[in-house]
Amino acid sequence: MQAEQISIFLENKAGRLSEVTGILWQNQVNIRALAVADTTDFGVLRLIVDDNAKAEQVLKNAGFTVRKTKVVAVEVADQPGGLHSILEMLYKAGINVEYMYAFVRQSGDNAVMIFRFDQPDQAIDVLSQNGVTIVEGARLYTM
Amino acid sequence: MIYDIEYETMPREALESIQLRRLQATVSRVYATVPHYRKKFDQAGLKPGDIQRMEDLQRLPFTIKQDLRDNYPFGMFAVPMDNVVRIHASSGTTGKPTVVGYTSRDINTWAELMARALSAGGATRGDIIHNAYGYGLFTGGLGVHYGAEKLGASVIPVSGGNTKRQVVIMRDFAPTILTATPSYSLHLAEAAEDMGVSFKDLSFKFGIFGAEPWSENMRKEIEEKLNLSAVDIYGLSEVLGPGVSIECHEAKNGLHIAEDHFIAEIIDPVTEEVLPYGETGELVLTSVTKEAFPVIRYRTRDITSLNPEPCVCGRTMVRMDKISGRTDDMLIIRGVNVFPSQIESVLMEIDGVEPHYQMEVDRKDNLDTVTVRVEVSQQMFSDEVKELQRFEQRIENDIKELLGISVDVKLAEPKSIARSEGKAARVIDKRKI
Repeated sequence: MQAEQISIFLENKAGRLSEVTGILWQNQVNIRALAVADTTDFGVLRLIVDDNAKAEQVLKNAGFTVRKTKVVAVEVADQPGGLHSILEMLYKAGINVEYMYAFVRQSGDNAVMIFRFDQPDQAIDVLSQNGVTIVEGARLYTM
Repeated sequence: MIYDIEYETMPREALESIQLRRLQATVSRVYATVPHYRKKFDQAGLKPGDIQRMEDLQRLPFTIKQDLRDNYPFGMFAVPMDNVVRIHASSGTTGKPTVVGYTSRDINTWAELMARALSAGGATRGDIIHNAYGYGLFTGGLGVHYGAEKLGASVIPVSGGNTKRQVVIMRDFAPTILTATPSYSLHLAEAAEDMGVSFKDLSFKFGIFGAEPWSENMRKEIEEKLNLSAVDIYGLSEVLGPGVSIECHEAKNGLHIAEDHFIAEIIDPVTEEVLPYGETGELVLTSVTKEAFPVIRYRTRDITSLNPEPCVCGRTMVRMDKISGRTDDMLIIRGVNVFPSQIESVLMEIDGVEPHYQMEVDRKDNLDTVTVRVEVSQQMFSDEVKELQRFEQRIENDIKELLGISVDVKLAEPKSIARSEGKAARVIDKRKI
């Protein structure tokens, strides 16, 4: 049920982000969602792409530190309180969200959020039991 | 095996009385024959007769590399050229080369000390020694060669270079001992692999590596790749060449100094104060048996400490720690002496950290600041920022604990730090003092 995300270590230097996007473009890898977490001296770029294996390979070849991480893509009702109800389910189940960010496309009428949980399997159980739709990797990458 | 059981296992008291007697003779001789020493002693108001006990050694002036350069080429020789049978010289990459000479007796002493060293490293007269140290002005090749012959082993004088031929010789002649610089030994391992020769199928038992500093991690790598037991050997041409000190293969924990020929001291490189056993500082050596080229309190610029504890191998000679750096690289940060190699050893202790780092020293508001850039490895990289920050914090804490200075650790992208081994690549000092 989990999806794959590619994480890349970046120093806070001008032009580093565009170098990553340039490499992906040259190799015809499409970015589906993206988030950057940064500190004063470095950042971690997180990407959902349509071809993880290729993205990982070409970035590694270019000398970047790359890591694949399991994340969970969740359909969130695109209305006030949509995200809140999901976070509340997780909170009651004692599951922590390490970080989250939004997916570009919608799934039908719903928004899609990418979550990194400390206990992903339990999170998926809790959400599924509460009728929340989890978007599987294969569908997510081509959405 | 202990080559010279009488001297190498001598009780400390007896050893010290021999040292004092030999020191007194050396001081008298250099005062009489080397104008440089006579001038230095006169300036210090010292006569050879003032050396009455071991502590008096500390009253003698230091000798530094510049003194040898100022007396280039033969000004420091203590015997007429008639009695000199061999000349060696350093490469002189940072100025004039330093030139050293040996009498026939010096050559014999050196061979004895190298026979001791090779024995401590595991060699016996039944061994075949593949000697890949360079032969020539450099002391490595000939130093090992004479020691091997003195020991009665068979020596292959293969010297450095022509690596493919070396691999063929290693395969066909089945040498059992390898002597080389540690970096060249790894080069040999790579070349053998490329040629489809596995060290597992070769006959090596022991390797005796020196002429450049190397870490414990490098020892592990060499022992694994070359399938042998590796010890460290130390020496410098100004004092003798290889054979000044040697690790025993039994303990591999510090290098036994040939104290019946050399007196070792550790000093604070800044204050020049003599430090007690166990403390880290600059190694200072006085030769007490050399005829052609004796040195009085020669500052080696190598950083180490001395350990007088008895060793499992039975030798009573004091042990020096593996060389951890050069005083040339030393930084003084908020009054604390810091060597880049100490930062390196902290990093090596942490799983997943590559020893690729760069120190940047600056001064802000009259306070020294240190930033240590450390490359992120695949192994330590996490997609969570807080994990990476925890990593930075851990390195900062470990450095604080070991060195007593606060540094700011910044993670850097892989390969973003220059790979040169030189000082410039490791340390950027922006302070304007």
